[in-house]
Amino acid sequence: MSGVWQIVRKDLRIELRSPAGLAAIFVLGLLVLLIFQFAVPEKPTPESAAAALWISFVFAGTLGAQRTFLLERDNFCLDGLKTAPIDPAGIFLAKMLGTLITLTILQVVVVPLTAVFFGIVPARPLGLALVCLLGNLGFAALATLFASISVGTRAREIILPLLIFPVLVPLLIAAVKASSVLLGGAGEAGIWVRVLVAFDVVFTVAGWLLFEHVLRE
Amino acid sequence: MVVALYLIFLVVPTERDQGIVQRIFYVHVPSAWTAFLGFFVVCGASLLYLWRGSPVFDRIARASAEVGMVFCTLVLLTGPLWARPIWGAWWTWDPRLTMTIILWTIYASYLLLRAFGGGEEQISRYAAVLGIVGAIDIPLIVVSVRLWRGMHPAVMMSRDPQGGLRDPSMRITLLAAAVAFLLVYTWLLLVRLRTLRVADGVAELARERDLAAS
Repeated sequence: MSGVWQIVRKDLRIELRSPAGLAAIFVLGLLVLLIFQFAVPEKPTPESAAAALWISFVFAGTLGAQRTFLLERDNFCLDGLKTAPIDPAGIFLAKMLGTLITLTILQVVVVPLTAVFFGIVPARPLGLALVCLLGNLGFAALATLFASISVGTRAREIILPLLIFPVLVPLLIAAVKASSVLLGGAGEAGIWVRVLVAFDVVFTVAGWLLFEHVLRE
Repeated sequence: MVVALYLIFLVVPTERDQGIVQRIFYVHVPSAWTAFLGFFVVCGASLLYLWRGSPVFDRIARASAEVGMVFCTLVLLTGPLWARPIWGAWWTWDPRLTMTIILWTIYASYLLLRAFGGGEEQISRYAAVLGIVGAIDIPLIVVSVRLWRGMHPAVMMSRDPQGGLRDPSMRITLLAAAVAFLLVYTWLLLVRLRTLRVADGVAELARERDLAAS
């Protein structure tokens, strides 16, 4: 467990020492929100705010997830990580936590901005925070597994979104629906939260089990 | 064999209130079954590959994904052709349609992953991981898509594929078509397997030659 934390701390320290990567993620998230505003000229509703929120999160998050493994690619860092006395599942957990923390910081900025841009006061802010966290968790699990795959391929920038987006569909539907309810839209959020939890559990376990096959030489 | 079965569904089925268009059913439904079977085989072979590491399973997964993709595309092409005159729209976001197109994109990304490539054995393992993840995702997709559409009732009421199979000849035709598609699937799978095995053999020979040269 201590090894897991050390990898997380190492990654966060690298991110904070050269904050351009983090900044790129934030700016992309902001840009997607802006583009959404221009592309959807209708009156802002909780539904469109939820859509903008998650589209922005998914695009910026894909960029962020890619970074955790791009960092390891240079200077044979990944080989160093493999020789470290930590089992592959631990490395997966560390990378997932790192992505989760980075993307939580992203959400802390982007979610309030969405509320401001759309002129919406969230009906249930705590519930919304929970949904954001659950969505983030499932995304981090899936994106970490796929990012580790994409760095090993020839076309890694292209392949990552292609891998993530189709499999992400259930999470995206559930997160958008739940958020739109919690932002003040009509409907029931409980059932969507259950879908989110199921997604989180399934893909955290899947990543935990499958990661060793990705790392193996 | 295939020719004979084609004859069956050109000759036998009687038309009903949907008219001639309904015949597309005998292509559409068996294709869907075959596509799902193909994707199921991908998952099974991927699991076996990660477990046993034999390249045979890798080739099976790959071939089955390719052939499954052909049938899935067939489903997505015949569906709108049938839906347009009957439902009045090329496409609706009905749960089954939505699920099929999501599956199509998952396996498209599977094939793209293999096409972009990287280290050979590495890509096989990556693809196996994706084959498994894609299959695990299916129940979640089914649930979420059902719920998603459940929120908007009255999207479409006009589907009754089971309701109309009263005539036994229709059932026989459907069964015959299903068997035919299964055979086509198996045949294509075997052809692809042979091709992939030869390709792997050629790559192996090239490696040996390079090794001998150096």
